[in-house]
Amino acid sequence: MTFIESIKDADALTLTIVTEYEAPRERIWQLWSDPRQLERWWGPPGYPATFEVFEFEPGGRATYYMTLPEGGKAWGWWRFVEIDPTSRLVVDDGFAEEGGTPAPGEPGRMTTTFEERDGRTRMTTVSQFDSPAQMADLLAMGQEQGMIEALTQVDALLAA
Amino acid sequence: MGGGARAVMCNRMVVDELADAAVDRIFQALADATRRDIVARSLRGEHSVSALARRYDMSFAAVQKHVAVLERAGLVHKTARGRERVVTGDPETIRRAAELLDRFEEIWRRRDLAIDSLLAADAGTQTATTEEGNRR
Repeated sequence: MTFIESIKDADALTLTIVTEYEAPRERIWQLWSDPRQLERWWGPPGYPATFEVFEFEPGGRATYYMTLPEGGKAWGWWRFVEIDPTSRLVVDDGFAEEGGTPAPGEPGRMTTTFEERDGRTRMTTVSQFDSPAQMADLLAMGQEQGMIEALTQVDALLAA
Repeated sequence: MGGGARAVMCNRMVVDELADAAVDRIFQALADATRRDIVARSLRGEHSVSALARRYDMSFAAVQKHVAVLERAGLVHKTARGRERVVTGDPETIRRAAELLDRFEEIWRRRDLAIDSLLAADAGTQTATTEEGNRR
């Protein structure tokens, strides 16, 4: 039972997830910094993730794909925006073409902070989206390419 | 399988809803900056067409035309109130956003479970990469 809470703001288009683990902060940090560990939890069950490129440094990129149960791959990319070891990590997460080239459309941004108390670590991830359409994109990785381009036009809708 | 596959199925259903909702018209309607601005404003409250027209550097007729495009796409509704025509945004957009946030929460709950079992595994085998001592 480590799920503490989730805070959803449909106007601001943010999702905050707070979890807590019985492990020191360094250990939880490795879940993000080590691609082999990241692969073991990033993809939903049945959709294992494989990170191919993983430049863990500010401005560095990562590419990954999830293997779909029905065959085929859904590609994504990351950019490490900020890395403050064991306390804060900011990552842009977007949809990619086959091979990992970023697809058209804005990425979402995940800001994760890590706080340790008495050997337990609280992990807080805030996901910021630009539009409902963008959320749909990220959720539906592997959907028709053409629609994604069209959907990105809604970006400004709720931002104004 | 089961849960994970179901969650993804649900995600696809939400996307299908978007796809079914006369997508072409919606995106054509939103391809214009003034129209996007009208939608954003009318989601936050009611505005008469004339009040909207005062905000933009264009004729009343031009604004009325924009509103008509948005109305055809189902993004706003226009109702008569006395002599005025009042434009309101369709809160469906917000509802859709809330639904999508629910799907994301579901994904994170599954990630949390995966992390739990990962940590449980290293509590058992004590991998070389962890700092020991703090674990109970």
